[in-house]
Amino acid sequence: MWLLSVKQTARIISTYTGDTSGVCSALYELGGMTVMHDASGCNSTYNTHDEPRWYDMDSLVFLSGLTEIEALMGDDGKLIGDVVRAAKELSPGFIALAGTPIPMLTGVDFQAVAMEIERETGIPVFGFSTDGMHSYISGASMAFAEVARRLCAERSRSEETEQEQLSGKPDGNAPVVNILGVTPLDFTVNGTDAAMRRALEKRGCRIGAVWAMGSSYEEVVRSGGADVNLVVSACGLEAAKVLQTRFGTPYVVGTPCGEKFTEKLAEALKRAAATGNCEMVCRPCAEKNICEEPGTGERSGQTVIIGESVTALSLANALKEETGRGALVLCAVDTAPELLSEGCIQAWDEDDLIPYLEGAARIIADPLYQPICPDDAQFIPLPHEAFSGRIYRAQIPELVTGLKQFVQEHRLG
Amino acid sequence: MSKLVKKQNMPAGGLKRLGHEAPEVVSVTIGKADFRAPFVSGLEYSAPARGTWNIVHVGMLIPGAHEIFVCAQGCLRGVVLTAAEMGAADRFSTIAIRQNNVLEGDLEGQIIEGVEDIIQKLPEKPPAVLVYTSCIHHFMGCDLELVYRTLREKFPDIDFTDCYMNPIMRKSGLNPDQTMRRQLYSLLKPREKNLRSVSLVGNDFAFDHTSELYALPVSAGYKVREITTCKTYEDYQAMAESSICITTFPAAAAAGQMLEEKLGQKHLYLPFSFDYKEITENLRRLCEVLGIEPMDPAEISRRIDACEQALNEAHELIGQTPVIIDYTAFPRPLSLARLLLAHGFHVTAVYADSFTGDEKEDFEVLSRENPDLLLYPTVHTCMRVAPRENEEKILAVGQKAAYFAGTDYFVNIVEGGGMYGFDGILKLTEMMCRAFREPKDARALIQIKGMGCGCCL
Repeated sequence: MWLLSVKQTARIISTYTGDTSGVCSALYELGGMTVMHDASGCNSTYNTHDEPRWYDMDSLVFLSGLTEIEALMGDDGKLIGDVVRAAKELSPGFIALAGTPIPMLTGVDFQAVAMEIERETGIPVFGFSTDGMHSYISGASMAFAEVARRLCAERSRSEETEQEQLSGKPDGNAPVVNILGVTPLDFTVNGTDAAMRRALEKRGCRIGAVWAMGSSYEEVVRSGGADVNLVVSACGLEAAKVLQTRFGTPYVVGTPCGEKFTEKLAEALKRAAATGNCEMVCRPCAEKNICEEPGTGERSGQTVIIGESVTALSLANALKEETGRGALVLCAVDTAPELLSEGCIQAWDEDDLIPYLEGAARIIADPLYQPICPDDAQFIPLPHEAFSGRIYRAQIPELVTGLKQFVQEHRLG
Repeated sequence: MSKLVKKQNMPAGGLKRLGHEAPEVVSVTIGKADFRAPFVSGLEYSAPARGTWNIVHVGMLIPGAHEIFVCAQGCLRGVVLTAAEMGAADRFSTIAIRQNNVLEGDLEGQIIEGVEDIIQKLPEKPPAVLVYTSCIHHFMGCDLELVYRTLREKFPDIDFTDCYMNPIMRKSGLNPDQTMRRQLYSLLKPREKNLRSVSLVGNDFAFDHTSELYALPVSAGYKVREITTCKTYEDYQAMAESSICITTFPAAAAAGQMLEEKLGQKHLYLPFSFDYKEITENLRRLCEVLGIEPMDPAEISRRIDACEQALNEAHELIGQTPVIIDYTAFPRPLSLARLLLAHGFHVTAVYADSFTGDEKEDFEVLSRENPDLLLYPTVHTCMRVAPRENEEKILAVGQKAAYFAGTDYFVNIVEGGGMYGFDGILKLTEMMCRAFREPKDARALIQIKGMGCGCCL
């Protein structure tokens, strides 16, 4: 594996959404109240660049307004008091606290603070030790996993009975699927979440809940009743593992993308529901292994996709299904170790990425990556909300049903 | 603390509800408000009105300068996209602080090596580099003197200055906005004084050339310099030759003081105001410092008459339509409320979380003469779920007021918009009339960051 850059510099490219925003994004539609423990800036960054739902949906996301004196004196009482007061006024279904760099430095014990607030309000409270130094994947993963641990209800007798009854009906073989890891940071607000639902329903699955866009709190809470979970981004993997431990639900990893790959996903979901075995459908599919030769200047003819591991690997697989050519994935955000391979390489900074880009024939990436891409490579813009925010939002394609058009438009066939 | 007045619940308008109880909206009448703290501080909401400038926008005012932010990923996100949205990504770079840097404690080395790396990769060496450090450096005791000394030794042909993204210090001495406006002028190098040159300092928008603040010095033969109109780094450096620097915003006063101490420029603070007497007094002080004859009293009367006529005409048009004002439009929203109320306008509310010392007199007068004027917070948590639609037509002055009232009839202006003096009153009344007649797309306009900085959205 290539050594990662130590300077951690970006001359010109953007930065991915941080973990604190990831928590907020994951929990946005579930009726809770999320508090970023920060001085200022996190909230406007989140709701300007990371949260396309902010103007129209009244989710309770706030900032604690931490001051120098409170941080130096370790005054958690102000945070606790302010959260309790707001909770009494606004009656959220749950409360989440998300950390930022300074609370990390001063060692705020978010679990203890959460317990104290929970004791005073009687509302479930989660404490997330995010530190602003990781990507949204990390924060959203923590949040979804905690929902799986704390909010998902045990399967009731009536649900089990319903499940048994369904097995005698014509569509009784249709597995109930939860879709895990859906936030606008990876799927924007162009209808991709709904398209994923429809694509799976069309292929004989029933959707339980989508974590967490377009599903109610109640639907999410009942997720333990599903037959199988589909992890569509790395944000949902940890929650899938928790649900597997708690309810024995197997999971499948891959994002619906194009007709053929989505078909494979649906088949895998049915297999997993029947066997209880998990399956990684988005496999590495680089055309050749170039791990040993980045930066040599040798043109590999490779297609490179920069992005989040599961969605990018799924696109690479879907392209292979459609065009016969796969792609190397450069993952510039946190991901689970099992998602990394010779076909999905972690590369954080400009210095890490550039050697791989130098040999590429085609690069599929957010437009804000273009300045570091070689001029002689074909650059195919695929805006990613978690990288460029709202700048190219209107141009983000819905690839569940629109892959063919994407392939034609960019002459990938 | 003033007793809070609660407004009746109303439907949420355009908001999609997520099951929260709609709370009663918190406001307070000015007659019962505490000037120092009109609202209880607590968790904070951030409304999606983004026209005010941030430290990225301000720093970009130095022509040719390159900005380098050194902070955690979560903090970099907002500033890097600010630069990208304003089309200035090529003048902006970042160094990400990760846990290993905190654990190893070599923040100084990281900055030095990172800045060096970035400068070497730039297509051209910039004349100046603004290095923005963060709360982490402050808390870790980073030796910034060592950092800047080393950078200046390594790159003697580049001017470096220390800028800060440390909002945790916003209640400890100068806040980040004041500090940024000061540091913006810190790169000016002493020059021979030009006794006929004056600088207008600390404003984000160029002052209107018709405003008395600009026109008076020009008519007296002065060269008026503003950073907002500098085209080259040399234009910027030429601001150092001014013998007088003038500030009008409270947040800019520290910049004026620094220029007085460092460059020997006479600093004159002429606070932005909508009060005829205060404007007149400001202009008298301006003429005195410029060494010119004070404005002819007849001319002042003529200008006041023009303002009166414009205000009366605007009132005829706007009538008893509710007018609301927020603190992002002008640094002194209460001064504006006072002027409009005195001319018969139906000013119903001012949106501001706190007031500067310059507002004290306006606050006291309004408390006595218009005690029912409502003050609304903008960051209070209840404002998140406050109703945003009204059946009646409302005229807003400022983006936040427009947002909270859900009105498309609004004066789209931030931070004074370059207005000043009697001329500013004339401009504003004209803008109010236009805003009253012609609705705008508030949703699209107010979400653009840094009004006037350019936007690729």
